[in-house]
Amino acid sequence: MQTLVDNLIASGMFGAHPPRDVIYGLFIFIFSLVVFLGVAFPFAGIVSWVERRVWARMQSRCGPNRVGPNGFLQWLADGLKHVCKEDLIPAESDETLFKMAPYLVILAFTLPWAVMPFSSSLILADLNVGILYMTSVTALTVVGVLMAGWASNDKWSLIGGIRSAAQIVSYEIPAGLSIFPVVLMTGTLSMQGIINAQGWAPWTWFAFSNPFTFIAANVLYISALAEGNRTPFDLPEAESELVAGFATEYSGMRYLFFFAAEWGNLFIIGAIITTLFLGGWKFPHVSNNPVVMNVLELITFNVKVLFLVFVSMWVRGTLPRVRIDQLMSLCWKYLVPISFVDMIGTALWLAIWPQGNSIAPWIMMALFAAIIVIFLGRVLHYFRRSRMELYLSPTI
Amino acid sequence: MATGYFGNIKDAVTSIFEGLAVTASHLIRKPYTVQYPDRVPVRIQDTLPFRYRGILEVDLDICTGCLACERACPIDCIVIVVEKDKQTRQMLISQFDIDIAKCMYCGLCSEPCPTGSIHHTTEFEGADFSLESMIRRFVPEPIYAYKPSKGPETDPRIIPILNRGMRYVNEFAQPGGDKPAAEEA
Repeated sequence: MQTLVDNLIASGMFGAHPPRDVIYGLFIFIFSLVVFLGVAFPFAGIVSWVERRVWARMQSRCGPNRVGPNGFLQWLADGLKHVCKEDLIPAESDETLFKMAPYLVILAFTLPWAVMPFSSSLILADLNVGILYMTSVTALTVVGVLMAGWASNDKWSLIGGIRSAAQIVSYEIPAGLSIFPVVLMTGTLSMQGIINAQGWAPWTWFAFSNPFTFIAANVLYISALAEGNRTPFDLPEAESELVAGFATEYSGMRYLFFFAAEWGNLFIIGAIITTLFLGGWKFPHVSNNPVVMNVLELITFNVKVLFLVFVSMWVRGTLPRVRIDQLMSLCWKYLVPISFVDMIGTALWLAIWPQGNSIAPWIMMALFAAIIVIFLGRVLHYFRRSRMELYLSPTI
Repeated sequence: MATGYFGNIKDAVTSIFEGLAVTASHLIRKPYTVQYPDRVPVRIQDTLPFRYRGILEVDLDICTGCLACERACPIDCIVIVVEKDKQTRQMLISQFDIDIAKCMYCGLCSEPCPTGSIHHTTEFEGADFSLESMIRRFVPEPIYAYKPSKGPETDPRIIPILNRGMRYVNEFAQPGGDKPAAEEA
């Protein structure tokens, strides 16, 4: 993006002696506005609708299908409703912190978009510490959530906030350690650098390059779900026990901010996994036109991310919420040791085959294909056993 | 201990695998939801059984004006006014009101009806904006009550209505055993 702005300045569009700082600032403002208002928030809204439709079908229901075609505008209706609602602030709360908390959460949700590699040129800033930046700013959520829990001055909120703190801080460790294998293999932390080390074909993706990275991808996905407060790890807002956890006292726009951030975080989770393990935006070179290539890469990236978003909805529709002790034991007893093994295993693998093993990806691909086939077999088994009518159309 | 540890991992992975298969199989099933009221293949009223106790209705063509239903009603939601016409020596029904807002759908009125004139329909959508609209007035202007003929009914217009009414009476009173009409006789 910086090169684009530099080219514009060099072309004399802003006069002979342009104020560089002002133009940079202006473009940063415009780009961030486009990304947040045009991509991030609509995405969060649309995901909330898609998620409700997907769950509904998994529970043999229809889901919201009245507002607009197939209920597509449900997210706008819900958003408008929340904006129109009264902004309640409890009398006993710490008002400043209470008001600030949703903005911190939304900040933690918007910051990662700066290094989001949509395609080879569509990236706001290709930081050389991109992935480190991504994991560190997403962890900022915990400050907002803890602040919300404390400032509400309410037992449910406080328990929710404290749980969230414990959960996010714990799951940072396996998440960070699962990024290590990829960093070891590429020697860079930059998002574009990691993607460029992979190819468009699945056997060149890091997820399938050796058994350790495959496990690391899964561990990272689980930890990312936990960091995003997603079911089965949604203890901070466990409805059945904590009313709405840290969001209990919130209403209207502030409440909406928490949930926009939660749904929007799904994209960020998917983007991290896609970048690190699934080849990012890589697409076979079919055209010399950079615009065509960028559009194809953008589509590739988004398809991969949206598939992972779908998987997270699917998991949410499948698994019940874990207990807080189970959550902690899963993290410290299972994910942390496994990710350490992954890290050491990858290091050893690289010591033996510094250029990568050429046969291992194929074996991994074959195993993965076998898992998919067995899985489809199970799905068919359950479908036949239910003796229900087949209905493949997404609309009803 | 080690087997327990790895056993736990194996259990978790396999059970999540099976769980995901179950939910994925639901994704390709047809939803159960009946999208009442507007997106249903047939009206719900048409799918209900003949004996369903919906909103009351009166077939004035076969009402004998015997007041059995008015006496049977435990909450007096039926109001009937019947006079004897001096000239024609026939019963003249001048009012037959049922207050649907009061009705509790007990069915006690349709059991003693000798012809099945008063009966429950399968209609159940009765919401309206005023209490007055809940009173169903079946007699706009006074009409003569139905007089059962000695033999089988001969009027071709009445026959299908009467058949329907008798069928209703027979079926409605069936589970109870005794027919109230027989008791009175």
